Amino acid sequence: MATNVFVYIDHYNGQAVGAAWEIVGAARKAAEALGAGVTAVVIGQGVSALAEEAIQHGADEARIVDDPQLKDYRPESYATALTKVLKDGGAQVVFLPTTARTRELAAVTAVDLETGVVPDLVGFEVKDGKVVGTRPIYAGKLMEKVVVATAGPQIFLIRSRVFPKPEAQQGRKGAVTKVDAALGAATTEVLGYKATEAGVSLTDAAVIVSGGRGVSVNPKLTPPADITDDHQKEVWRAQQGFALIRELAAVLNAAVGASRAAVDAGYIPYANQVGQTGKVVSPDVYVAAGVSGAIQHLAGMRTSKTIVAINKDVEAPIFKVARFGIVGDLFEVLPALTRELKAKLSR
Amino acid sequence: MNIVVCVKQTPDTAATVTVENGKVSWGDAPLVINPWDEFAVEQALRTKEAHGGKVIALSVGPEAAREALKHALAMGCDEAILVSDPGLLTVDSLVISKALAAAIDKIGGIDLAFFGRQAVDSDTGVTPAQVARRLGWPALTLVAALSAVDPAGKTISVDRAFDEGRQQVKSPLPALISVTKEICEPRYPSFMGIRKASKATIPVWSAADIGLGAIPAPALSWTEVFAPPKIETKVEMITGDSAEAMAAKLAARLLEEKVL
Repeated sequence: MATNVFVYIDHYNGQAVGAAWEIVGAARKAAEALGAGVTAVVIGQGVSALAEEAIQHGADEARIVDDPQLKDYRPESYATALTKVLKDGGAQVVFLPTTARTRELAAVTAVDLETGVVPDLVGFEVKDGKVVGTRPIYAGKLMEKVVVATAGPQIFLIRSRVFPKPEAQQGRKGAVTKVDAALGAATTEVLGYKATEAGVSLTDAAVIVSGGRGVSVNPKLTPPADITDDHQKEVWRAQQGFALIRELAAVLNAAVGASRAAVDAGYIPYANQVGQTGKVVSPDVYVAAGVSGAIQHLAGMRTSKTIVAINKDVEAPIFKVARFGIVGDLFEVLPALTRELKAKLSR
Repeated sequence: MNIVVCVKQTPDTAATVTVENGKVSWGDAPLVINPWDEFAVEQALRTKEAHGGKVIALSVGPEAAREALKHALAMGCDEAILVSDPGLLTVDSLVISKALAAAIDKIGGIDLAFFGRQAVDSDTGVTPAQVARRLGWPALTLVAALSAVDPAGKTISVDRAFDEGRQQVKSPLPALISVTKEICEPRYPSFMGIRKASKATIPVWSAADIGLGAIPAPALSWTEVFAPPKIETKVEMITGDSAEAMAAKLAARLLEEKVL
């Protein structure tokens, strides 16, 4: 059996990303349609455990490039390593998760192989031996179907939460092969890492609780006397509002999101922004509190399975996409909902 | 510091985009500079203001893409160049990256190239890294902050935004940077800037002018474009006498429907 569907295991300093195994599952599906096998590709330093995990999640074999120069992710050396593995293995199809690193890594690798790269897949089919990818364009206002027309590998990046995560099979075995790649001298130097606020990743989250501009509009709160600036008073109020969002998120093991209005007003970092100019998410449940539902926000979350809207304004556009709606004061509804769900879910 | 900032012209993000006869249409909606690229222009200008040099705005596109370049000029860029060729109108990032790299090569002596993180039409975000690879420069994509710029020592240090945190990287120059919106707040074009931009001459380079020779075929083939299936939702409004009553009802419904 020709093994020619390759799947790249993206990791952050040795920790596989949330969607890594979903993409192995997707590769398995493509391989079955193509009558092929699945080869996992792991690049880094001391990352052989990821190769075993990839096999347990459905890969037939794994190839590892393990080198001290690959300790930190850098696109130049990682792409050189990936290109070598794909060329040696005669890869016809390559799947990667869609992350900040892989978008760049796949782009650079496509240049080395003079082939096509298609990010942000939300589905695919196999037709005449080719993968046909479906992806949103214009922030999801339209969809397109794309094939890679070259003879080179067809490179696709797949979004999180599109495919189910396969169960790990402990006993599953496969060959793990080391590949040597001539990496050349590194020109850039990784100085270090700064962790962003810990919490559940927005793109991987099954549940998201989001806040909008409305979280600052609580007249019952009096900011401390030492805050005199009006904007700082508003930010202080908003932070009390986001504390309520976080409490509900904690009970639901949810990620915390925000609208652009809330980010632009300085209530919460940009990393939390959901929407056209933030993260595009598709959780099972999306709770929007004090979010009006501007078209740019909807573009980032309207494919969520169930949307729950809590807003004072019955006319807010968010209610048009919601499955459940409450017209009310989020400062009263959120804490009540947190208490209720905590009791009902015994968390 | 000699800086290039690459911009693309796109439909406005508020446009209603539809499919007509298998083709994308945005009706009468205005074409604008890609909103992400405004952050790139701003950061290019701030870098020049801090370290001297000049900023050249560069675009590949139809004749009409001049307007995006004029916006960049109005914001304060010193020069603008349009690469326009019938053969470059319906291609993919693999070909566009070749054209941009060739144009940057032709300009010559560039220390830094800035890009927005992605274009709001095709939404792929792969072109910046591809241009970097073709130039043989370090690709510093999704940069949220420039922490140190040393034109004399020919180095730059940046914070890159990953989903898990920031990666801090020191790179030699020349280098290529794509920016996220955290990096700065774009300025509005000034009245003087708009006047200056309206009078500016923008040279147009063909594929032959940048030494591209025969334009390669795109690696991608778009087989279909369609409107996403309408998601039919009927909102169930939860009512009650108090917040507690509504919250209890909502929690019960969420569990009943096995949503949670």
